[in-house]
Amino acid sequence: MSISVKNISKSFKTVNAVKDVSFEVKEGELFGLIGPDGAGKTTIFRILTTLLFADKGTATVAGFDVIEDYKEIRNNVGYMPGRFSLYQDLTVEENLTFFATIFGTTIEENYDLIKDIYVQIEPFKKRRAGQLSGGMKQKLALSCALIHKPKVLFLDEPTTGVDPVSRKEFWEMLKRLQQKGITILVSTPYMDEAALCDRIALIQDGKILQIDDPQEIVKHFPTTIYDIKADNIYKLLLALKEYKHSYSVYPFGEFVHYTDKRDAIDTKELTLFLKDKGLNNIIIQPTETTIEDTFMELAK
Amino acid sequence: MKDTNVIQVENLTKKFGDFTAVNAITFEVKKGEIFGFLGANGAGKTTAMKMLIGISKPTSGNAKVADFDVFTNSEDIKKNIGYMSQKFALYDDLTVKENITFFGGIYGLSRKKIEEKRCLLVEELGLHNIVNELVGSLPLGWKQKISFSVALLHEPKIVFLDEPTGGVDPITRRQFWEMIYKASNNGTTVFVTTHYMDEAEYCDRVSIMVEGKIEALDTPKKLKEQFKVNSMNDVFLKLARNIE
Amino acid sequence: MKRFIGFIKKEFYHIFRDKRSLFILFGMPIAQVMLFGFAITNEINNVDIAFFDKSKDATTQEIINKISASKYFTNKQMISNDAEIESVFKKGNIKAVLVFDRDFSEKLTKENKTSVQIITDATDPNTANTINNYLSSILQNYQQVINKQMKVPFQINPETRLVYNPELKSVFTFVPGVMTVILMLVSAMMTSISITREKELGTMEILLVSPIKPFQVILGKVFPYIFLSVINAVVIVLLSIFIFKMPVEGSLFLLGFESVLFIINALSLGILISTVSSTQQTAMMISLMGLMLPVILLSGFIFPIASMPLPLQIISNIIPAKWFIIIIKAIMLKGVGLTFIWKETLILVAMTLFFIAISIKKYKIRLE
Repeated sequence: MSISVKNISKSFKTVNAVKDVSFEVKEGELFGLIGPDGAGKTTIFRILTTLLFADKGTATVAGFDVIEDYKEIRNNVGYMPGRFSLYQDLTVEENLTFFATIFGTTIEENYDLIKDIYVQIEPFKKRRAGQLSGGMKQKLALSCALIHKPKVLFLDEPTTGVDPVSRKEFWEMLKRLQQKGITILVSTPYMDEAALCDRIALIQDGKILQIDDPQEIVKHFPTTIYDIKADNIYKLLLALKEYKHSYSVYPFGEFVHYTDKRDAIDTKELTLFLKDKGLNNIIIQPTETTIEDTFMELAK
Repeated sequence: MKDTNVIQVENLTKKFGDFTAVNAITFEVKKGEIFGFLGANGAGKTTAMKMLIGISKPTSGNAKVADFDVFTNSEDIKKNIGYMSQKFALYDDLTVKENITFFGGIYGLSRKKIEEKRCLLVEELGLHNIVNELVGSLPLGWKQKISFSVALLHEPKIVFLDEPTGGVDPITRRQFWEMIYKASNNGTTVFVTTHYMDEAEYCDRVSIMVEGKIEALDTPKKLKEQFKVNSMNDVFLKLARNIE
Repeated sequence: MKRFIGFIKKEFYHIFRDKRSLFILFGMPIAQVMLFGFAITNEINNVDIAFFDKSKDATTQEIINKISASKYFTNKQMISNDAEIESVFKKGNIKAVLVFDRDFSEKLTKENKTSVQIITDATDPNTANTINNYLSSILQNYQQVINKQMKVPFQINPETRLVYNPELKSVFTFVPGVMTVILMLVSAMMTSISITREKELGTMEILLVSPIKPFQVILGKVFPYIFLSVINAVVIVLLSIFIFKMPVEGSLFLLGFESVLFIINALSLGILISTVSSTQQTAMMISLMGLMLPVILLSGFIFPIASMPLPLQIISNIIPAKWFIIIIKAIMLKGVGLTFIWKETLILVAMTLFFIAISIKKYKIRLE
């Protein structure tokens, strides 16, 4: 096991940030902690990177205990904290050189590992980090976290606030890194990114809701979800909520995701009900469950 | 009713030195519409939005917001719009009640009106238990819902939302969008930026900015047809990739 | 070692790219020395004075001439009645009035004893005091001259001589103080700010989760500022020698050694501040309130320690700046060697070690 977390709890003054969390990450795995802000993701990262003590429980990273062997862990992991944490007044190159030196290595030595990522920002290597765009900052931060060839990479919300294009590129980079044998623990509030992980833990309010691979996790969903569409989404939402058999109603892209209290829905009856409410162009069709549906159901 | 334009933008441009952040954008937004304003990081969204809400002077072009000119009547614009950004929404060290009173006061609502609005808000959002709590102690989702309601306190014609749902949990995110639908249904125009592409589907019309220009503008349905893809996410990726 | 050098290099980038801190570093010492050297001074020059001469004879005229001729006073006005005294003071320009009694000369010749009245505007007590002293000494001088002529027996004539700063130049006493303030400020405030900045930016998190050792981080932060503070000290000493013609009687080497000792002392205080504050703003507030004020007020820089109330005198002992001021005054003005200031030096060394010890103890290897 590359990362092993057993019954970790942590509270700050009044908040129980992490409540009895356990999970394991295998070597070479891309593992995702999926949950909104305030779910406790950052606290878990900080405990694993030896920055915080847990109140209860034990954890090991790359075989080292997070408390006893913190020095070994600090030599063997790469960490990219949630906000952009590089020196804004240093250039791209200076930042990378600096992190290489403090890890006792050079850019040349591990250039192979960061090459893919670094070539994209190399044209701007004389630019101060503070003047880079969001996507480029993120690439620089990843290069810096990788420069010493860590065994385990911790990425705390690397894609928050980043546009979809940069996000997609970032995940492609992670996949390639994984192929080089690096274990990656990544957290994200974007549910659509969960599907790109090998395994995921859904987390909310400091508790893990479920751990599984993304294909399996949706199978836990208890019932069929229906895509429903009509000419006025807002009226549709209100109408569905009033419907006596309705269990959950959530806007979902261009459709509304609807589940029923019964095992199977009566499409005709529902269509009539909606027409009665003054809605037109009604479409009702079963759809595939997404991780987001699962998350909402578990978090309910 | 939906035919009157509340935002009218023509060749709006903003330059910082040699750099053109916003390059001659043209569009209009109708009354009561939910208008999605998308774009990659650094595409110029925030700069454009700042011009529309009257806190940044355009370099050239024309823009009218709620019938007021951004060059000459920016103060009138501020009175007629609501604004909520992800970075700053409410004061963390004031209670929910104090925040409402404060922002109501800023927009010149009478004491009675503020009181009335507050009761309504408490009722609608179910704030009974937290109205006297410090905003800082509330979960992000609550803060965002409350600050959206606060942005609507003075019944603005248009409300500008800058990434209002970033990092918010999926359920709250949907509750938030229900609030947006409701506001739009009541005739308030909603101008919103987001990084969640599924949220782009909720909008009546969507514009996508790439490198300072608006490269696409239509309903989500037509955009998907135009680019022959199934989701707004793919529309976005296709557009941004083509440019590169 | 390579790590350490890399770290120091990075620190210098930070310093040279931040115009604000560069300004504080190099602009302030010069501005402060100039300010204290030229503007803020205890000396008086050309003070406007008025005379109320009821005696009106050769003796009083001679005294009046003598006073007016000095560079310290300018004779502005002759007053002819008591009421006028009040009114000239109210106008504000006249700072002192000298009143000769009607029988001034008569008494002087007959009784060998007479008196004058010195009235000074004490709204500014320091100036009033100085004026008083200057006037008294001119009168005494005059008295001595007549005494010699008259050959009056059994007179004790105290002959005062001022040593180490014979011209009573206030700039000589200010320079050591200014140097102390600047070294304290630059060293303590700048280090504490630069460490807390890393905490604020989140880079401290990355540094912690890296093999670089805490003492390397601290030394890496401290080293550039030792260097810059030494440059500052040199600039100040050069300014005082060449612009204010201040003598440096003692050994420059000893002065340098003591300055470095004090700089390290201040730096360790800076580190200590950074361990208790999490934002740059708090670090700055603590440095200003917790260090600057005591250094200025309680170190003997501006207010003599001997004239403070006892509790403050006791407190002043724990202020490193007090000992440093004693040391550099001794070196610069008295020209003494280490044998005379070893006690003060030892106190500074002990304080420095103490601060370093707690900083290391308090420095966190984790976020909590």
